[in-house]
Order: sequence, then C-alpha cells, then structure tokens
Amino acid sequence: MNRIVAPAGIFLLLVLGACEREERAFRADPIATETEEKIALVPLSPGSGPPVEHRTGKGKEYEDNAYHVAQGKRLYTWFNCNGCHSNGGGGSGPPLMDDRWIYGGQIENIVQTIREGRPNGMPSFRGKVPDDQIWELAAYVRSMSGNVAKDVAPGRNDDMHPRPAENREPDSPPVAGGSIPPSAEMPQ
Amino acid sequence: MSDVLATHEPVAPIGRKSEAYAPVNPRELRDNQIDGPELTTRLAKTWGTAPGLLGALSTVDHKIIGRRYITTAFMFLFLGGLSAVFMRLQLARPENGLMGPDLYNQLFTMHGTTMMFLFGVPIGEALAVYLVPLMVGTRNIAFPRLNAFSYYVYLFGGLMIWIAFMLNIGADTGWFSYVPLSGPEYSPGKRVDFWAQMITFTELSGLAVAVEIVVTVLKQRAPGMTLDRIPLFVWAVFVNSFVIIFALPAVMIASTMLILDRLVGTHFFNPAEGGDALLYQHMFWFFGHPEVYIIFLPATGFVSAIVTTFARRQAFGYLPLVLSLIATGFLSFGLWVHHMFTVGLPQLGASFFTASSMLIAIPNGIQIFCWIATLWDGRPVVKTPLLFVLGFFFIFVAGGLSGIMLASVPIDTQVHDTYFVVAHFHYVLIGGNVFPLLGAIYYWFPKFTGRMMSERLGKWNFWLAFIGFNMAFFPMHITGLMGMPRRVYTYQAEMGWGTLNLVSTVGALILFTSFVLFLINVITSLRHGMMAGPNPWESGTLEWAAASPPHPQNFDRIPVVTNREPLWAERSAIPVATGLSVDNRELIVSTVTEARADLREASPEPSLWPFIAAVATAVAFIGSIFTPWAVLWGGSAVGIALIGWFWPKGAKEDES
Amino acid sequence: MHRRLACVFLILPLGACQGWQSALDTHGPAASALEALFWTFLSVLGFVWVLTMGAVALSLRRRRPEGEDPLVTNPRRESRMGWTISGAVALTVVTVLTLTGLSYASQKHLFEKRDDVLTIKVTGHQWWWQVDYEDSQADKRFTTANEIHIPVGEPVLLKLESSDVIHSFWVPSLTGKMDLIPGRQNTLQIQADREGSYRGQCAEFCGWQHAHMGMLIVARPKAEFDGWRDNQIRDATAPQTDERKRGEQIFFSKPCVMCHQVRGTSAGGKVAPDLTHVGSRQYIAAGTLPTTRGNIAAWIVDPQSIKPGAQMPVIKIEPDELDPLVSYLEGLK
Repeated sequence: MNRIVAPAGIFLLLVLGACEREERAFRADPIATETEEKIALVPLSPGSGPPVEHRTGKGKEYEDNAYHVAQGKRLYTWFNCNGCHSNGGGGSGPPLMDDRWIYGGQIENIVQTIREGRPNGMPSFRGKVPDDQIWELAAYVRSMSGNVAKDVAPGRNDDMHPRPAENREPDSPPVAGGSIPPSAEMPQ
Repeated sequence: MSDVLATHEPVAPIGRKSEAYAPVNPRELRDNQIDGPELTTRLAKTWGTAPGLLGALSTVDHKIIGRRYITTAFMFLFLGGLSAVFMRLQLARPENGLMGPDLYNQLFTMHGTTMMFLFGVPIGEALAVYLVPLMVGTRNIAFPRLNAFSYYVYLFGGLMIWIAFMLNIGADTGWFSYVPLSGPEYSPGKRVDFWAQMITFTELSGLAVAVEIVVTVLKQRAPGMTLDRIPLFVWAVFVNSFVIIFALPAVMIASTMLILDRLVGTHFFNPAEGGDALLYQHMFWFFGHPEVYIIFLPATGFVSAIVTTFARRQAFGYLPLVLSLIATGFLSFGLWVHHMFTVGLPQLGASFFTASSMLIAIPNGIQIFCWIATLWDGRPVVKTPLLFVLGFFFIFVAGGLSGIMLASVPIDTQVHDTYFVVAHFHYVLIGGNVFPLLGAIYYWFPKFTGRMMSERLGKWNFWLAFIGFNMAFFPMHITGLMGMPRRVYTYQAEMGWGTLNLVSTVGALILFTSFVLFLINVITSLRHGMMAGPNPWESGTLEWAAASPPHPQNFDRIPVVTNREPLWAERSAIPVATGLSVDNRELIVSTVTEARADLREASPEPSLWPFIAAVATAVAFIGSIFTPWAVLWGGSAVGIALIGWFWPKGAKEDES
Repeated sequence: MHRRLACVFLILPLGACQGWQSALDTHGPAASALEALFWTFLSVLGFVWVLTMGAVALSLRRRRPEGEDPLVTNPRRESRMGWTISGAVALTVVTVLTLTGLSYASQKHLFEKRDDVLTIKVTGHQWWWQVDYEDSQADKRFTTANEIHIPVGEPVLLKLESSDVIHSFWVPSLTGKMDLIPGRQNTLQIQADREGSYRGQCAEFCGWQHAHMGMLIVARPKAEFDGWRDNQIRDATAPQTDERKRGEQIFFSKPCVMCHQVRGTSAGGKVAPDLTHVGSRQYIAAGTLPTTRGNIAAWIVDPQSIKPGAQMPVIKIEPDELDPLVSYLEGLK
C-alpha cells in the first residue's frame, strides 16, 4: 500500500509545487486590497513570550512564483529602485544583495518598507504602487540575495551585467546586526 | 571474423551462388543443415524476445521497437491534434472567452512542438526502423541496442514535455522559441527549459536512428541488392538519415545555448554583451528548414512504394527519382533564410535564398512527374492507400506552389507570419506527410499485424480527411491575406475574419473525426480484420516475402536479390543465401556498392542496459533543467550504464 | 477592376479583398506593387496546379492489360514519357527562373529608400508601439503611441527598434512587414496614396498580448498633418472644468504617474504610452478599444480582463473617482 501512496504523494506535491511556481496570476484576487501584516523587527517584546506576529501568507504566494518575481525585477527598474539601490550593491540607498537587513529581511518586512517608507530617504509608495506590485517587488528583492528558490529566481537580463543573475546568487539568509546607519539603530 | 558466408540452395530449385565462400564450422548448426518448420522455430527461438516485463524492456527486435515507435508517434499525433482542436474552438468566434492567452500560447507551442519533434521526425524513422531491415532483407537493424535506447529516450522526452504541460509548466513561446522572448528575461520559470531539454531528448534519439539506418542500408543489404536495386522507400529514408545527421545538431546546439543563457547566465543571445538574437534564428532554421524535408522525404518513400504497387508497374524513372531525393537533401540546407526574410537582411543575400528556395521545386517536380508517369503507364487500382496518395498530389502540389510564393522576398514580406503561411505549411506537411503516411499505414498494416484494414472505413476516412483538411486550411490562405497574423489567441470582430475562422474550425473538427475513424479502423481491424497472406497487395519488394506479421528472424534464409522488385522478378521462389548459424544471432554484412556477401556478423543479444542507460540519460537531462551539476552526476550514471552495455561477453569474435 | 474580378473568381463567397488590414486592399505604391506581384505568381502557379491535377486525373485511366507483368515496359512509350517529363522539367525550370527574376526586380524596386523624408522612430514594447517623430529641430520632436499620422502621397521613413522582444511592424495596406529586433535598427519606407486610416498589427509572436498589439496609420493631406503635428508638439492643456481638475488630482494621486507621461505636468513615467494627447487618438490599449468614455473607464477599472498579461495593473479606485478621471483623460486632446 505504502509503495503506491508514497510515490503518489510525492507526485502530488510536485504537481502542486509546479502549479504554484509557474502560475501566471495576471490579476490578483481580491483586486487591489492591502494586506495587514504584523511582523517583528527584533525578537524582543514586552512581557514574556515572543512578539505577536500575524502573517497572511501572501508572501509565500509571491516568493514561490516565478512570474511574480520576474515582474518584480521589471518593476525594480521601471520604478527606478535602481536609482538609489543600484543593481543591488547599493548607492545612496543600502545594498540589497547582502545578508544585512536594517528593517528585517522577511518579505513582510520589505513590503512594509516599500509601502510605508523608512527614515533617511526611502519614500513611501503606498497608493503609488498597487499593493500586488509591492509584493512582487519585495519578492524580487528577496531573490537578489538568493533567498527565493533557485527555480523561481530570475535569470540574467538582456543588458550589461555587473553581477551574476539572481538564479546564480549564493544563498545569503538574513543575519542580525551589520552596519546599521546611526539613524536606524535601536535606541540604547 | 574470417568466417565468410556460404551460399546454398537447399530447397528452392533456383538459386545463385554468391561469390563468397568458406568452409562451414562443423560444430555449429547452419541453416543449410535443417529445413522447413524446424528451421523456422529454431530461428524464431534464437531471435525471439523473452516474455514478461524484463523481456519487453530488453528487446532489441527492430519490429517490436518499430511498432512501439509507430504507436507512440501516433499517440503524439493525436495529442497534437487535440491541442489543435482546442485552438480552433477558441478561434471559432472573435473575442472568444474559451481560454486566455496563457493557455492558448501553451497549446500552440505544444501543438507545433509535438507535431514537429514528437511526430514529424520520429514517424518517418519509426516506419524506417520497422521496414528497412525487411526491405533490404536482413534480420535486424544495425546497432539494435542503440535502437532500443533511442526509443526510450524519445518516449521519455515526449512524456516529459507533456507531463510538464499538464503541470502548468508547458512551454509557451512557440515551437521555434525565438530569443529574447524565450530568454531568461521574458520567460520566467522553467517552461522554456523543459522545451529546450525536450529538443535534446528527441534529437538524440533521432540522430541515433539515423545512424542505424545509414549503416543498415550500406552494410546489411541482402546479397545482390546493388545500389540500383535498393527500393525507393529505402533510398528516401537513407537520404533522410543523412539530412537528419547534418541538421539536428544545429538545433541541439541552439537549444543548449538557450538553456545555458537561462540557467548559467551565458550571453549568447544578449545583444548588450555582444550576443545576437538573430544568431538563434539562423541556427534554428539551419535545422528548421531541413526539418521540413526530414518530414517530407520518408513520405516520398511511402508514395513511391504505394504508386508502384497500385499502378501494377515498376516505378518510372528510378534514377531521376533517386537523384532528386539526393538533390532535395542537399538543397534543403541552402534555404533556411527564407524563414527570415523580414529580419532586415541585406537584399542581395536574401534574394539568393529566393533563388535557392525556388530551385528545390525542380527535384520535387521531377518526383511528381515520375509518379504521374508511373500511374499513366500502369493499371491503377484505386484502393485506400492509393486514394491517400492521390489526396497527397492534390494537397501537396498546392502547398508546394504556395511555397514558391513564399520564396519570393517581396511577397513573403506581406504573408510571412500570417495565416497564409499556416495554410501553406499545413498543405505541405499534412499533404506531404500525413496523407501518404495514412496511405502507408493502410498499405503496410497487413504486414505489421497479419490483418487487412477495412476498405469501407478507409474510404470514409479518406474523404472525411480530404474534405475536412481543405475546409480547415484553404480559408486560412484568405484570412492570412486579410491580415490575420499567426499565433494570436483572439481577434476583434470588426476585423471581419469571423466567418472564415468558423469554417476553418468546422473543417478542423471534420478532420479530427476522420482521425478518430482511422483509430476505430485500426482497433477493429486488429481483431476482426480479414487475414492477410504474406503479400496481399502483390507488391514487389522484399518485406512482402516475409510472413505477416514477420517472424522474429524476418526471413528463414536471407534472400538473394536479382531485381529492383524481387517478388515480381522471381515468381516461383526467391533464391536464398545460406550458411548462417541457426542458434546464434548472425546476419550477413555485405559490400557497400555491389552488396556482395562479405562477412557473417553477430547481432547483439537483448539487453536491459539500453533501457537503464535511457533512464540515466533522462535523469541527467531533466536534472540539468534545475541545476547544471546534473550534467556531472547524471553523466556518471550514464557512464555506468554504458559500461554495463558494452561489457565484453567473451564471445569468440570479441576476442579474435 | 481585374483585381476584383480575379477575387470574385477565386474566392467566390468570401469577399476577402476588402478590409482595413488586408494585403489585397492596398493604398500605397509598395503594397500595390506587391499585390500585382502576388496575382502574377498566383495565376502562373494556379495554372501549373491545374495542369498537374489534369495529368493526375488522366493518368488514372487503366492502360495496362490485366495480368501483365509489372516489370514489362514498352520502350516506345517509355521514351515518350521520358521526353514528356524532360519537357515538363524544362518548363518548370523556365517558370522558376522567370518568377525568380520577377521577384528580384520588384524587390529592388520596393526596397529603395530615401532618407531626406519625414522620419519616425517606432519602438516595440510588450504590447504597444512607441512612436517618436524625429526632426533636426529639437522643438519639433515629440512622442506619441500606437497611432502614426503621415502626410498623404509622401514617403515616410520608419526606424524600427525594440525595447524588449522581437516584434514585427505590419500595415498590409501600405507595405510588407519588417521586424523590430532588440539590439538592431531596421528601416522601412511607407507611403499612402489615399487619405484614410490603415490598421496594422504586430506580426511576430511577442507574448501574451500579441493578439492585441494593433496600431493605426492615419494618412491626411499635408496641411492637416501639419496641424495635427503642431498640436501634438504642444504640452497638455491644463484642465478648465472642476470635474477635469478633480480628475487630474486623482490621476496624480494614483499609480498612473509611475508609468505614464503627460507632458507639461509632473507625470513623467516612461515605461507606458505617452498620454499627453491620448484623447485625440482613435483607439486606446494599442488598437484594442475605440476611444470612448465607456472604454476608457473599462480599461482603467480592469485592464487585465481586456488584455490579460498586459503590464497595466489593476489599481484601487473608488467608484466616484472614475468619472472625473475619465473626463480628465478624454479631455487630453
């Protein structure tokens, strides 16, 4: 019995995985609504127990989908993110392809950063960029440091290449700390 | 290796001694020492396939593999046809909401890919694998294990792309997958990678079969089958195999460069880093145009065989027919640019390809004229196979002539990439391949199965196919001229293409019905068809000398060929060459031009290794879609399988 | 006239020659020459086809007596057939050579280009056309999208480029197609002999919305064309009515400005069609919808159900915001 169930299960997983990864969701459902994510920047919280978090799961939907990540890559230049963050190496804005995250490296953190803006120059794009595109951008930003699956991360673009494409980027999971500008440091 | 063949005349009163002679090893049982049913049974045991799953997987019998090839290719034909039906339903009305662009693009990609790579090339080779050894009078194809391997590789490649399609990873950039659309920037995910690896699978198997055919034809012909006695079908697939050998590597390289661009970030097609998008088109069409002839050439073989048999006259103009096959093969490499007339090439260069494209009309014209002459001077018996060949004349000539229009640079700039082109190449490919192929199946079905197909259903099949085809594709000429581009998932009502598209859709449904009828005919005839003798059509070529269906050894004794149509020349009994071992797999290797019996050569035994090697190859190819390292570890698995495959058996021959 | 006759004869019930995107309904010198060449080829080749089919039909008569040995041949008949076939082959060669010559002659004539004429750069995007009118004077250059106006009776040179994948520029009533290939520039000369709007469409598969990548060529007398051009060069006029003013505010508070440009305002996006004079164009969404209030509204509310996969996202918009926004855009004449 197990000999049938196990391969069938694996096959089913593959099927579901494939469907999710390759789906081209042109039109988000429900349309243009903003999700409410609560995510902690640090593991500290008042009282006992970890901070209260709430994720809608939308991040996974975007991070695990090749089309969304590729769209994010297009929007990254279209919306001039590279104006400050360059190709990921950073310019007047911090680098995005390393493992240091000032405001958290989870996709929900990045969505928050894009949506609300951050001190010292990062503007808020709420209302200017539709929420779904913010998720796409955030998913792409994750892929720049090798934090989405390799078969989802985009390949090279048809232009000059200052760095390897996202699907060849070594994994660099977010680490705490790093060089944080004084303005963004936790109050002592 | 020094053992040379003896010729003998044990039963038949007529027989000719071949030049080669050597003393017979007394310890080994030879086919001149026994006779009749005993000989048949013992040979069948020697050449037979073991029962059970392992036996089936390790078989090297060209007839079993050939049958699988044919069945699989037809399965893909049906899948491709089904995807076409869905496309036609979507296009039946303007702004139809049956499906969105994402599914439509996957469907037309699967349709083109399946028809070209999984049906068009393999079907010609499939029939060749089955028929060539029979027609040249040998016992098995050359490199039979490679043959088994090639089938599994083809099967795995085809299954891979269709399973991927069902998992929503269907390639969606067309059967040509032009960069940059198919490149890493505009085709995210793994869809195109599956397409590119499917190419590697099918082309690998195609090349393997081509090599087998070439060697079989050159070295395994029955004694006496000099170059000018080779059946026209064999000539056709022989030339075809050379075209395959020279054309397929181009597309394998193109698809490999594509997957390298996508997977490891090379810049072959990236103009910003010095690559070139047009490079891909050149490489693709350097394969892509000969591809058309790869699909067409075997069909000329079917036509020659059917025309000769049903005109009751030997083919008129054997030499011009063979020479035009060869000329077509050569010229087919000189016209690829006519697929690229609108990319902005220098005018003089483009017009050179106009000339060469029109030139190929000449050898094709010669072939058509010779066939008509054969019918003219014969006594045509209009049975279903000939009916399909007549349909071929009607449709293929029309398609060929519209091809002359497309060869002209100025006209092509208007009709390129429109439904006019769609109409043209369906006239050429369905007319030039599928109609003769259906005729060929009706013709050789008794040989494959021992039973005749129903003539009545066959006539229905033909007329439905003929009417449905013309109804589906003739209007496309006009929609194309009215401005409808190819590969659009819908069109606006005010364009005025609605009625014609509806007619096309109805035609496509009729055409599909005719194929369902064909399938019904095949299935019912398999069980209830009239029993066919060895030669139900009274044809002249050697395959009809074998039993229907043929015994595992094909022939009890290797025939000696005295005429281009041996069965017509030797009415009473075919002379034979004897001296081959009964208990070991042996066949005759003959000289290239004169086909003098030269050596007795051992033919490989069944083995499971080709299957294992094919599985390892599949793992390596599919793995490489996800990581380049798969080439490394997959390669070692293939290496291990190959070591098993070629492990020395300690046979006398290997040691001498 | 002969054209129409031929048409009726060949494709009787279908009336295919008409249509605003038809290669057989031509209004430019190039397309007309191509059409003539097409009919020449068709008549010659049609004749060849009829001859061949006649031969096939005749060949089906039974000439051989029943039971005759299929290997027996009659040398006299054999040689007669040989000569007939040689004749047919010779005729084929002559036909093919003649057609090649004809083709080459008209090709030379067709692709002659002049470079002292009005030059327009057309850039293909997924799935729309960017149109830049070039001029030696900087203040005469301007950008528009999906609609190309040209003066009647004058040749116009198109420079064809692509920003992403390969597209193909095809306006069958005026001339044959030419591809737009990233990393290259192709040129194509068009000329319209008659006033009118001619539809064109992308002819090289370019992705999901290949089917909806249309364009319009509007040919007008020189004076009208100049008037149109002067208007296009101008920046967008500021809204006068309250509704349009509110619409402008909504436009600037929404994601629209991230991608679209309206010259004369702070909306400076460069990745989507220029909207400075969108109200003056006959179609929106690259030849997909006629420019009406209803269509503009439908396109803004749900572009993804009209052109699934297009780059225009579905945005959040309140019901009472739609009317002013549409008024604003419609008024951008």
